[in-house]
Amino acid sequence: MRPKALTRLALLATLSRQRARVIIAILLALLTLPALAAEPPAPPKAKAGTTCIESPSVMRRDHMEMLKHQRDDTLRLGIRGAKASLKGCVDCHSTTTAEGRPVPVNAEGQFCQSCHAYAAVKPDCFECHATTPAVKEAAR
Amino acid sequence: MTALSRRQVVLASGAVLITGPALARSPGAPASPANRWGLLIDTRKCAADCTVCVSACKAEMGLSGHDRPLTDAQYIRKIEVRDPVGGKLHSLPVMCQHCAKPPCVDVCPTGASMKRADGIVLVDRHICIGCRYCMMACPYKARSFAHEEQTGQQPHLPRGKGTVESCTLCVHRVDEGRLPACVEACAAKAKGAMLFGDLNDPASEIARRVASEATTRIRADLGLDPGVRYQGI
Repeated sequence: MRPKALTRLALLATLSRQRARVIIAILLALLTLPALAAEPPAPPKAKAGTTCIESPSVMRRDHMEMLKHQRDDTLRLGIRGAKASLKGCVDCHSTTTAEGRPVPVNAEGQFCQSCHAYAAVKPDCFECHATTPAVKEAAR
Repeated sequence: MTALSRRQVVLASGAVLITGPALARSPGAPASPANRWGLLIDTRKCAADCTVCVSACKAEMGLSGHDRPLTDAQYIRKIEVRDPVGGKLHSLPVMCQHCAKPPCVDVCPTGASMKRADGIVLVDRHICIGCRYCMMACPYKARSFAHEEQTGQQPHLPRGKGTVESCTLCVHRVDEGRLPACVEACAAKAKGAMLFGDLNDPASEIARRVASEATTRIRADLGLDPGVRYQGI
């Protein structure tokens, strides 16, 4: 092989090595950044003195199934007082501001939103459903 | 001791009559076809300028408008009808008539428009696609469409953009054994023109009156068998 061709090959090799390094660096950044950001969410605690209907692990995995069954039973058949209810979730898991104003459960950092943002799942519930507990009759 | 006014006595006697139409259904029990919830509205007691039922409904259901009367959600509206011969004016509240044969349910392509076992006609907004066929089909113009994103919903009445909605006969109250908000407000703040009850229960006040007095259903010619009846028109 002629020396000129050899140098060209060497040049190509260094170039592709450099490019590979850049690509690896980008890939690493892409992989590690979400890992750094992926601190488990820390949703606000439920109201004191309340107990959830199931253990946290069951709730995390199955709450959507529970709610989906319950919504059809309640609306279409008229079965009230089911164990799972979105109203129940909101009642226990909504917080209030220092002035006592209720904070929507789908607001940033709140119970529903913090986990759903982490899991990258958008809940449609709150396009229709109330995000704060019922206002007392007298307050109306 | 303060003497009771005539008005207070009348209201109190009405309050005895209108206590709990039925017992709250036990948790876990579905709505029963043994019931047929209905309303009897006495238009002779319904003043043209009175909108107590309409505002009670708006407060109960958390209906907020955009000041656009043509498209804002309304579950009850007051309409005025005038006899073309004598000129007698009648004012009546019109809401979903909770038909036994509801045309809105017939036309719904997804099954969202539905009739519950106890005769209450509802929209299952989980599967409503917002096509508004039901609004076209309803001869009573009872349904509304949510054109805008909604806020300030009541926990018992979810409502959102892109779905159809209408009077639920206050199903959340009825299931608890309470009266619909309009009936309660009419008895408390107006003349008690509305009577709620079970048309299937012969012992109920509404069934007794329907059996013994002349009552009409609006557009009875359509044969939809509405659960809402009127008197005095």
